[in-house]
Amino acid sequence: MSGKHRLQLRVNGVAHDREVEPRLLLSDFLRDELDLTGTHVGCEHGVCGACTVLLNGDSVRSCLCLAIQAEGSEVTTVEGLGSVDQLNSLQEKFREHHALQCGFCTPGMLMTATDLLSKNKQMSDEELREGLSGNLCRCTGYEHIVSAVRAAFADKGGDGS
Amino acid sequence: MKPPAFDYIAATSVEDAVAALARSEGEGKLIAGGQSLMPMLNFRLAGPAVLIDVGRIAGLDGIEETDEGLTVGALARHAALETSPGVAKHLPVLAEAMRHVAHLAIRNRGTIGGSLSHADPAAELPLMAVLLDAVLHITGPEESREVPAEEFFIGALTTDLEDEEMVTAVTFPYLPAGCGWGFEEVSRRSGDFALAAAAATLSFEGSVISEARLAVTGVDDLPLRISEAEEGLMGGELTEEKISAAAESVQASVNPNSDAQASADYRRHLIGVLTARVLRAAAARATGGGL
Ligand SMILES: Cc1cc2nc3c(=O)[nH]c(=O)nc-3n(C[C@H](O)[C@H](O)[C@H](O)COP(=O)(O)OP(=O)(O)OC[C@H]3O[C@@H](n4cnc5c(N)ncnc54)[C@H](O)[C@@H]3O)c2cc1C
Ligand code: FES
Ligand code: FES
Repeated sequence: MSGKHRLQLRVNGVAHDREVEPRLLLSDFLRDELDLTGTHVGCEHGVCGACTVLLNGDSVRSCLCLAIQAEGSEVTTVEGLGSVDQLNSLQEKFREHHALQCGFCTPGMLMTATDLLSKNKQMSDEELREGLSGNLCRCTGYEHIVSAVRAAFADKGGDGS
Repeated sequence: MKPPAFDYIAATSVEDAVAALARSEGEGKLIAGGQSLMPMLNFRLAGPAVLIDVGRIAGLDGIEETDEGLTVGALARHAALETSPGVAKHLPVLAEAMRHVAHLAIRNRGTIGGSLSHADPAAELPLMAVLLDAVLHITGPEESREVPAEEFFIGALTTDLEDEEMVTAVTFPYLPAGCGWGFEEVSRRSGDFALAAAAATLSFEGSVISEARLAVTGVDDLPLRISEAEEGLMGGELTEEKISAAAESVQASVNPNSDAQASADYRRHLIGVLTARVLRAAAARATGGGL
């Protein structure tokens, strides 16, 4: 049984049917098997948040999830948000507010913010910072990331503060 | 790093999972949310021959209001407790504690059964189980049993569970009407494990304390109820003298570690401060009495 297991799941709306080793991480499955390299890998022990994806709509660390545990699930990665030519509204806010420099943390930040935006009508600054606190950024000092997500909340209708 | 190779079984029922555990003869490990086990596998601190995935067992993630209290299935996520209306209504202290567990993405995945079974000496859920006199429901290949939280935790990462047993649920008795509560934690950054955390509940008859519960974590090998401090609080009002005495008795009862995060002395200092804060908060929230 340490042999391969069948894995059926949907990633960004596309169905996949593969054979995987049980020890394959979801992060490596996305990057190496599906070539979705937008999901970044920083620490591989749950601390940095770079690998955050949505699993059935909830943000999770893809480095702390076996690919096989995602059997039957719907996974959304940063590639599922917008494209280079057509950023989605959250990505547009990140661009407007200079919320990235090197960009390494950005996919994880975007997926976490997507989760926050989908589950909260509006968030106070404190709640927003707490919500994003599991994602580390070594460049921006966070202020512009918080501004971008606050602006995305404001666009939803609430004033975001 | 990457996990070592292992066999993988997706259990379809509790019976299936414990039978697989028994067959593995100590070489098997359950995986639920994986938020403690996956880092250990990635670091190769754990190397089970077979991983038994309980994550797909149906019907084990409920949060039910029963006569005995709130019964939470082992697969309920931390995030579910944090946002559950039943928890907010009957056990607001538990909802508050959940907000201090790691980060959103980890709370979305980590389970109640996993946190209790992992028994990290700074984890919030074991503290809540001990404070609230929770009862764990445990199933093995032969029989099922119930164990009070205070007997379940034995030491750091060590519980009363046998190799072939699993936790299926935990029952938290409701807080008595009018009971006040407090929860306070200090950690380096939001989401980090606690350097120290304390929680209390107080009930009053008039201005007289009729029931006091006080528990601490992060300052010993396991979460502890401090019965000496509880007894000292009973009968009479909550005075500054009683608060100081309780804090001192907590400080004398615990045995904190020094590590890269904090010295034992600092942890002991913190737990005294946090004890005073949770007692004041509990009295302020209690109805029918208080400071
Ligand atoms: C970066 C980071 C920060 C964290 N910070 C905190 C924090 O501040 N506070 C905190 O409390 N936790 C924290 N955690 C741990 C997290 O809460 C875990 O999710 C939780 O402790 C374990 O739950 P799980 O379902 O993920 O368990 P798993 O990782 O799947 O399992 C953990 C252990 O429990 C066993 N197990 C699982 N389910 C059962 C069951 N039903 N019966 C018997 N045994 C079982 C497994 O075999 C394993 O040994 C953190 C984790 C990370 C990665
Ligand atoms: S790579 Fe997953 S949290 Fe850092
Ligand atoms: S932009 Fe470089 S790590 Fe965040």
